[in-house]
Amino acid sequence: MESSSRRRFLKVAGISALGAGSIGAKPVLNAFAATGGGHGEEKPVIKMVPNKDSLMGTRWAMVIDTRKLTSAGDLEPMIEACHKVHNVPEMENKNHEIKWIWEEEFKHAFPGKINRYIEDEAVSHKPFLVLCNHCENPPCVQACPTKATFQREDGIVMMDFHRCIGCRFCMAACPFGARSFNFRDPRPFIEEAELNKKFPTRCKGVVEKCNFCAERLAVGQMPACVEASKGAMTFGDLDDPESEVRKLIRENFTIRRKQNLGTMPSVYYIV
Amino acid sequence: MQKKLYNKNVVIAGLIILAVLATFPFWYNHGKAAPAPKPELTEKAKAAKECIRSTAYMKTEHMQLLDAWRDTVVRDGIRTYVNEVGKEFDMSLSNTCLDCHSNKEKFCDVCHDYASVDPYCWDCHIENPKENE
Repeated sequence: MESSSRRRFLKVAGISALGAGSIGAKPVLNAFAATGGGHGEEKPVIKMVPNKDSLMGTRWAMVIDTRKLTSAGDLEPMIEACHKVHNVPEMENKNHEIKWIWEEEFKHAFPGKINRYIEDEAVSHKPFLVLCNHCENPPCVQACPTKATFQREDGIVMMDFHRCIGCRFCMAACPFGARSFNFRDPRPFIEEAELNKKFPTRCKGVVEKCNFCAERLAVGQMPACVEASKGAMTFGDLDDPESEVRKLIRENFTIRRKQNLGTMPSVYYIV
Repeated sequence: MQKKLYNKNVVIAGLIILAVLATFPFWYNHGKAAPAPKPELTEKAKAAKECIRSTAYMKTEHMQLLDAWRDTVVRDGIRTYVNEVGKEFDMSLSNTCLDCHSNKEKFCDVCHDYASVDPYCWDCHIENPKENE
């Protein structure tokens, strides 16, 4: 009895399979083929291309001539230009501070490079302009569990705020303190009149930092701080031997922040 | 063997109450369905006649389009969209979409509220406040 029922099952299964192969499955397969190309009736040619006037590079870098920036007042225009164009809020509470570019004393910006008995006021208390170094070997990118922060092909270390879950591993990983966390919704802390409507703000719970003005490079403009620096800051491509930044590095003595960590910063300081 | 239902009155009354309560939302809201919303166009949008793609496509696929845009812009730095007739657009929610559709409440929100979706685009992207002028 059992063998005959198995026999019958195999027969029915075989015939069904045959039927499905010859007639049954055909309309189904056709239906799949039709939906495969979108809406079937039309296949428009859609393209996404880089902007025509965007600046292209393979290793963006910055050179800051600290000889030309001697006081806090000299740094103010750059900080203001950056924070205004990127809708960086001004928090009263220091613990909630958001900063993309800021000033730092030599001993904090370049620990390990400070010598004893430097009594020159110009060095020991001179403010240095610091920002994200857009490292060639960025520890923040390795730390990010969601790939919200990543390195673009042109070397810029970017944030994708859509993906950031606010875990702050990147902040712990960054040796330069270049990242800030939005403990609060930043909108109420940006003055309505100051708001740059062409650039988004951030929301509560994401980490943010300098983006080397990727949105400005895309329309052929120099970074906002470079534009405001009156020649004290230079931006360009390190991979281009003829670029302005390479020329400055060739002709001047430059230092970088915490080189011994091996992150390969892209911001050079002429001292 | 005959089966007997004990406490017949109570059980049946309970069943009726249960049925009424369970179906309450259906007959209470019967005939009160909100009409499908009609998003309003701004003068600028009316003048342009056509969005970056056909209206039908924009209606059904704008979320996928914007999702592709954000990834392409942020990740690949590619910012120009060329549609099927070769017209170019800056791939930007704030600067392209909301420039024309500057009436968020009457264009975006009416449908999103109706469909009970709550996109968080505007947490960061600034809605064009022209309507408040």
